[in-house]
Amino acid sequence: MVKNKDFTMLDAKDLPLGGVLPDAGSAEEYETGGWRKLRPIFDPEKCIDCLTCWVMCPDSAIYVEDDKIAGYDLDHCKGCGICAEVCPDKVQAITMVEEEN
Amino acid sequence: MTAVAQTQRETGLTGNSAIAYAMMQINPDVCPAYPITPSTSVIEEFSSYVADGKVETELIPTESEHSAMSAGVGASAAGARVMTATSAQGLALMWEMLYIASGMRLPIILTDVNRALSAPINIHCDHSDTMGARDSGWLQLYSETVQEAYDNLIMAVRIAEDKRVQLPIMVCLDGFITSHAIENISLLSTEAVQGFVGEYTPDSALLNVENPATFGAMTLPYAYMPLKKQQSDAMTASKPVVEEIAAEFALLSGRNYGLLEEYKLDDAEVAIVVLNSSAGTVKDAVDTLRAQGKKVGALKPRLYRPFPHAEIAKALSGKKAVCVLDRADSMNGFGGPLFTDIRSALYSDANRPQIIDRIYGLGGADFRVNDALGVFDELFKVQETGQVDELIKYLTV
Ligand code: SF4
Ligand code: SF4
Repeated sequence: MVKNKDFTMLDAKDLPLGGVLPDAGSAEEYETGGWRKLRPIFDPEKCIDCLTCWVMCPDSAIYVEDDKIAGYDLDHCKGCGICAEVCPDKVQAITMVEEEN
Repeated sequence: MTAVAQTQRETGLTGNSAIAYAMMQINPDVCPAYPITPSTSVIEEFSSYVADGKVETELIPTESEHSAMSAGVGASAAGARVMTATSAQGLALMWEMLYIASGMRLPIILTDVNRALSAPINIHCDHSDTMGARDSGWLQLYSETVQEAYDNLIMAVRIAEDKRVQLPIMVCLDGFITSHAIENISLLSTEAVQGFVGEYTPDSALLNVENPATFGAMTLPYAYMPLKKQQSDAMTASKPVVEEIAAEFALLSGRNYGLLEEYKLDDAEVAIVVLNSSAGTVKDAVDTLRAQGKKVGALKPRLYRPFPHAEIAKALSGKKAVCVLDRADSMNGFGGPLFTDIRSALYSDANRPQIIDRIYGLGGADFRVNDALGVFDELFKVQETGQVDELIKYLTV
């Protein structure tokens, strides 16, 4: 996969013909978290491990270990806030905060 | 079809039979198709070859032309040599996939039997179908005769698959006029055709499990634009390849094909530029006028995409008056596509001729030798006065 984190124009002669990527299954390497405007901040003190957020996250960006929330995959979390929205009203263990840049 | 199977190599065939016969000789891996008038008998006859076990081709009867070209894209990306045929609305329905085939650099080989686009519905010849696809990134070869259509198709395989090109290609011939009329033709032996086209060996293929790759990936602007540059460069680079392969084909067949055919053009003062079957009609008019001592000639581009702009400018430079005959209107208020391309190619030539556009033969309207003579009369007037009265005009209407 052609890595180009700073989005500068690539040279035509460095690219494989017709955009064929010489690696299969390379979508896994595509980090889409850069689009995020809001970041979920998780408070393990408040969490009751109901795992609703884990089920509802559209990007499968929430890690679970031993039936407990273990953190976020920020390379793929888009900051949609669904996790914070579905966290039970009485718990509110997730707060969405603005990304700095 | 038995009619073809029984023919000798020096024979008479319709354009469609000759195309189907060439496809049989080429024996492509996959032929996804949805027949449409006037290209129908290409697939009809080719399916007989499939049924009779004359080829190993996987014939895929699809539910539409969009599906036919989609299956073609998939099969070609999988590593197969893919051929199909269509006309008019069929080509129009393939539109989306035409650009995908060229952008993915898939050397699919398509015969288009030229037919007018609806509406009004009409099944007869004009070039509005392939002219609409002129910027789809496909190479385009035009064919005056049955022989030329057959030869072009065989050469098309080599051109498209050449490592310097790797682009899809269309071979165009006039609906009914060439597709359904029987003309003399000299066929190559199947061994000769097989030897000439060789095996298709793509660098990467979906079915190559040793080296799996990702096809048709999303690209952002920084990769999309250089990939388009790559495609455009390949289009430019294909021009000498077309010439090289024609030279090799001449050794095999004894028949010579340039990017253009110049007919009595060298010392001509006025000339007509025309594609496909009407070139024959124009040549007849040229002969008539030459017999009267008039310095007239004709120019027939065989390759239209990539556009041989320098060669055309060179061929027409120094002429006094030229008429481009367009069998399609661009509906842009500035004449037909061949006219705007040729006029633009001549712009930087210091000895450029006066140039006019005449739209002819739409929806199969007849274009006779007398009509060609009438065009030459107009050109003589332009030559005499140095004035163009009517830049763009519909003929015979
Ligand atoms: S913000 Fe959206 S994407 Fe990110 S973890 Fe929560 S639900 Fe998933
Ligand atoms: S929804 Fe709230 S309480 Fe439930 S697991 Fe997620 S963070 Fe914990």
